[in-house]
Amino acid sequence: MAFYFVQFLTGLASAASLFLVASGLSIIFGVTRIVNFAHGAFYMLGAYVAFTLTERFSGALGFWGGIVVAALVVAVIGVLVEMVLLRRIYHAPELFQLLATFGLTLMVQDIVVLIWGPDDLLGRRAPGFRGAVDFFGQKIPSYDLFLIALSPIVLGALWLLFQRTRWGVLVRAATQDRDMVAALGVNQKWLFTSVFALGVFLAALGGALQIPRDAVHHALDLRIIVEVFVVVVIGGLGSIIGAFVAAVLVSELNAFGILIFPKISIILVFLVMAVVLIVRPWGLFGRPEAAARRTPGLTVTPWRPLTANERLLSAGALVVAAMLPLVAGNYALTVGSEIAIFVIFAASLHFLMSVGGLASFGHAAYFGLGAYGVAFLAKAAGLPMIVSLLLGPLLGLLGAAVFGFFAVQLSGVYFAMLTLAFAQIVWSIAFQWVAVTGGDNGILGVWPEKWAASPANFYWLSLGIATAAVALLRVIVFSPFGYALRATRDSPLRSEAIGIDGKRVQWTAFVIAGTLAGFAGALFAYLKGSVFPDSLGISLSVDALVMVLLGGVETVSGAVIGAIVFKAASIWLVSQTDLSKLVMGGFIVLIVVAFPKGIVGTLEAIRNRRRSAAAKPVSLNSRVETAE
Amino acid sequence: MRRRHLLGAGLAIAVTGMAGGAMAQGEIKIGEINSYSLLPAFTEPYRKGWQLALEEVNAAGGINGKKLVVISKDDGGKPADATTAANELVSSENVVMLTGTFLSNIGLAVSDFANQKKVFFLAAEPLTDAITWSKGNRYTFRLRPSNYMQAAMLVEEAAKLPAKRWATIAPNYEYGQSAVAVFKKLMSEKRPDIQWVDEQWPPQGKIDAGPVVQAVAAANPEAILNVTFGADLIKLVREGNTRGLFKNRAVVSFLTGEPEYLDPLKEETPEGWIVTGYPWYDIKTPDHDKFLKAYQAKFNDYPRLGSIVGYQTIKAAAAILAKANSTDPEKLIAAAQGLTMPSPFGEITFRKIDHQSTLGAYVGRTALKDGKGVMVNSVYRKGADYLPSDAEVEKMRPKQ
Repeated sequence: MAFYFVQFLTGLASAASLFLVASGLSIIFGVTRIVNFAHGAFYMLGAYVAFTLTERFSGALGFWGGIVVAALVVAVIGVLVEMVLLRRIYHAPELFQLLATFGLTLMVQDIVVLIWGPDDLLGRRAPGFRGAVDFFGQKIPSYDLFLIALSPIVLGALWLLFQRTRWGVLVRAATQDRDMVAALGVNQKWLFTSVFALGVFLAALGGALQIPRDAVHHALDLRIIVEVFVVVVIGGLGSIIGAFVAAVLVSELNAFGILIFPKISIILVFLVMAVVLIVRPWGLFGRPEAAARRTPGLTVTPWRPLTANERLLSAGALVVAAMLPLVAGNYALTVGSEIAIFVIFAASLHFLMSVGGLASFGHAAYFGLGAYGVAFLAKAAGLPMIVSLLLGPLLGLLGAAVFGFFAVQLSGVYFAMLTLAFAQIVWSIAFQWVAVTGGDNGILGVWPEKWAASPANFYWLSLGIATAAVALLRVIVFSPFGYALRATRDSPLRSEAIGIDGKRVQWTAFVIAGTLAGFAGALFAYLKGSVFPDSLGISLSVDALVMVLLGGVETVSGAVIGAIVFKAASIWLVSQTDLSKLVMGGFIVLIVVAFPKGIVGTLEAIRNRRRSAAAKPVSLNSRVETAE
Repeated sequence: MRRRHLLGAGLAIAVTGMAGGAMAQGEIKIGEINSYSLLPAFTEPYRKGWQLALEEVNAAGGINGKKLVVISKDDGGKPADATTAANELVSSENVVMLTGTFLSNIGLAVSDFANQKKVFFLAAEPLTDAITWSKGNRYTFRLRPSNYMQAAMLVEEAAKLPAKRWATIAPNYEYGQSAVAVFKKLMSEKRPDIQWVDEQWPPQGKIDAGPVVQAVAAANPEAILNVTFGADLIKLVREGNTRGLFKNRAVVSFLTGEPEYLDPLKEETPEGWIVTGYPWYDIKTPDHDKFLKAYQAKFNDYPRLGSIVGYQTIKAAAAILAKANSTDPEKLIAAAQGLTMPSPFGEITFRKIDHQSTLGAYVGRTALKDGKGVMVNSVYRKGADYLPSDAEVEKMRPKQ
């Protein structure tokens, strides 16, 4: 009995650190609607700065003072980031801020290694909380008890702050309806900055408080960020109490789960999230999101098919691309094939995001399923390449059909997180089911047959499929189905009123996108000759998002350019420098500032401005807003 | 205007570093791939090691008079990126041989690439048994003692312990799984009286140490096998120390004696664990002295195990190239099979049967000295003594 009680307390202590970080993320999202990918980076910075301060200043005051000062220092960094970077892009399309914070995260990963060195650092134990308390023969670390006590205190303090101060009232109001708060004359700039500062402070505090029990190293951010997102979503976005309950739920399930299934930790949070979101689409304590006032499709000039000249131009570009084997060597052609594959992958996600209005955080699942499909067919069944290439993506289709059915019941960030959960579940199956998938060691020897083996032939094959995929998606966009999908995106109510079955349309779009991603994955398996679980992983899903956002989410085919720029830059940087993350992150941040609508989106906006300035009065071209 | 400036800066960054290497005549280029950006703590000492070896090789006249050049690439910790890098090295840089890699899945991806493209590959660090056995191929050789060898060395000591109730803690991926499987198999062969009372599988890099320590303690084992390393090991040791998990319990632990993993533990270092590792401060052989002096003189730092691996990888590559006196992969394979060469750990041989080198490891006990973790009573175990019989190896290795 004593054991179970102590295990419960241990779970609570784990929950405390999760809660601190999650509450900060939840507050930031609630008010600013920023999906702050850099939250983990601030957590990590908190730990590093606290390590330096507590090593320099000894004694109880040095330690506890160091923790608090570290959190304050990082909060100041957060304020700078908000003022210099994020303020410029609040009006960018939804999720674009994700790109900026992703770039920052990449940079911070390299910067901490440059400053603090590559080794794992061991911080001091907390003065006064070094030992353990004996409880019927079971030992409870006293620092755990401190953390257990701290989290309700933080929860209470936040509650007071939000319920009893004018600032708190504004924050709550903005969480519910930030446009109305702005209309009432509240200075949003400073509200956002202060909220961001508080959120970052909590993240850094969470990181700093880990140094007596954890190691400080440069992968801390990735370890926490996904888990924290999950906790926030399970609890309900913007709900502090929800974050608290979810943190406790997840930690306790883990603490007791490992007693029965020792391998469960790897997937537990995602299972919990999937179940919670299917049963309660807005998390445990969340409320349905208010309908967005600005919908993505309406803030830009309406889409239209390419003009004759543009068609000619695209065909010309394609011919140039097809001539690459005449001039380029084998390596360039293989890189070209990889870029073509990622064009398919990014275009499929782009279709879902910009046409369907459904941002998936787990699109790699269908890419990876396509890759595994090919690997099974080619290796286990011994089918010829052309058959595997055609049938392999069906596994992606199947996955998309099953998961898409549940996912399209949700919208916004909840949709994104459910797709992430499904992707992680698929990933962990590939990772754990060693007998079938080879686990972490993957499936080797998936090489193309002779006719496709030469780099030039494989390049033409990839380019051909990529062209067909992009063309197909454009046809769909301007087909009646495409209009129905856009109608559902722009106004679910009105489209339903005219008889469009929104969920079915979105589900179909999800399956189309998943199948095309499967084709990309199938080609990828043959390009690399092997398939590993990381072709289903989070980082690949994030890469796809980045490509789409980089190209411009409000465009018809921006992802094509986004994929080419991102993939070419990342392959080249990884080859040229060990600091590829720092340079890539900086590059992304620069692009975010220079092209606030993505590369293609911004170029189109400039062209439209020129054209309309010449043709008609500017006032007619102003923003159209709907009233839901 | 401001936007244009930023754009310009972006382009400037993109253009810097374009300068590639036009290579002179009379050079032999080999390619090297490792997870420099993902695992700098292990790959930095490794890089220093191979840089030292490269300097020594060229100072001694290179490869039969030709200068040895190493072109090094980062794989970012992803098998797919490693394949891209391997392709660049082979197709674009025209290297005659691939070396390196740390993670097992990356080692396997590159070894499969080497097999497909018929390129010689000398795997440096990956531990998986598959790379030389179940997924072995004629183009791939491996330097470091494998999972099986490390397990066999530890089992020899562990079997002497009186403990009968054992629990295991291992990271939940291929390395942890196969380490536990081999250890259990070899241990149960030597000690049929042993019971396995609990196993914990925290996700690699994400251990929630408190509940794991509690769960193991609840099973009340007499001895524990640990396979976690790096940040997970630090968390596990801290929680274990606070909660008294290691008190009066024997612990056997993979790799923990390597400075990479032992040094960060500082004053938390648990005493008396049976570990494999690299006690550089305790090795008094002429071969090692020479290496240690040269390393410390060049880098003003002490070597980690990665330094040894990096150093010996390039030394081995040079020896193979010199013996083959050709860059033809088939001749390189013929030269490497059965090739014996000196190393800081004494003489090693690349076995003909499975292309595994006989580099060994030190087995000893952990101790705390002046607030730092060290290995004491260490003994060098030759790799050749901890491999299964030739018949067993032949059964595991695919026929080609």
